Amino acid sequence: MGAKMERTSVWKFALLGVLGWVSVFLMPQPAEAEYADVVINNYADAAGMRPVVFPHWYHRIRFRCKVCHADLGFKFKAGGNKITMAKIIDGKFCGACHNGEVSWSVENCGMCHSGIPGTPTHISGSTVQRLVAPAYKALPQ
Amino acid sequence: MRNILIGITAAVSLSVIVPAVNAEEAAPLSLAATTPITSAEVTGSVPQKLNVSKANVFNRLLKKIKDPNAAPPDDGIHDRANDAVFALQPPKVAYEGLPTTTFGNHVDWVKALDDGLLNPRYDRVDPDVEPFIMDLDIVRPVKASVPDVVFPHKPHTQWLHCSNCHPKIFIPQRLANTISMSAIILGQKCGVCHGKVSFPPETTSCKKCHSKPKPADWKPPLSQATVKNPWR
Repeated sequence: MGAKMERTSVWKFALLGVLGWVSVFLMPQPAEAEYADVVINNYADAAGMRPVVFPHWYHRIRFRCKVCHADLGFKFKAGGNKITMAKIIDGKFCGACHNGEVSWSVENCGMCHSGIPGTPTHISGSTVQRLVAPAYKALPQ
Repeated sequence: MRNILIGITAAVSLSVIVPAVNAEEAAPLSLAATTPITSAEVTGSVPQKLNVSKANVFNRLLKKIKDPNAAPPDDGIHDRANDAVFALQPPKVAYEGLPTTTFGNHVDWVKALDDGLLNPRYDRVDPDVEPFIMDLDIVRPVKASVPDVVFPHKPHTQWLHCSNCHPKIFIPQRLANTISMSAIILGQKCGVCHGKVSFPPETTSCKKCHSKPKPADWKPPLSQATVKNPWR
């Protein structure tokens, strides 16, 4: 009797173990954001907004680098431009196009301010991020 | 308590079928239990694994990206609680029909532009402004035995303006710029763009820059430690 009980419980736990491993592999794997997406969090968190995620790929399909990095004065540095909403409304930086004329206007807050709160300023997928000691490591969610 | 131990052991021993790293981690646990059934299951493959040291586990310093073109809601930096994230275009939709690579965005942007698949504006508002293209290749001899670097101005001027690189990043003068791969990987010189936005320095992309084979009579330069050695 005792041996039989022992046996059933072994299989019960074995099944539990299998289910455990299956669930580990079915869990969402941490995916990497698109190469060159820039998270800008100079002031957003402190102002109670989500950090901005700038998709480089989306913009480079429509504009050459020169338009933003030479004409509009964006520096080649994540977080190096000190962009604020006041500057954007004045037609500087993003506001040069995101003014309702070239592209959609600033009322679509969530389209830019779309990052996970607390994410530091960085460029996703950059070589610096992929080093042994990365400049920024993804926060556990 | 014993049942739980058996359960863990069973789970662990079944995990042998999944990757070897898991089996190595699991091996010490399965030895801890003394149930005959489980040990019989274990003896098949695990004892040999025990002799393998952790030093043999591959240490991938630059990890491979699992899903390179994840949609914004699933990419780990966009907040799923924000409804607007679901309105954003997934990169894969935009990349359809573009030539592919194995690194960066997995899109060959320069080829796409040359093939006429893309026509990004050179001016903020006027779509008819033509870029100022300069076709000048700069050959940079490399000290190491890898092929020499050919820097083509043409694809760079298709996208950028002279003032983007000159004179702040690169002094427009021969032998005035010292460039190293470590500087590039850390985001200096070429690495201001390559490795952040344009194609990154990876093992599969070396030859995109290091493209000119060394001359037939080329020999690697001797290191100073060898040259100064009087017993050489």
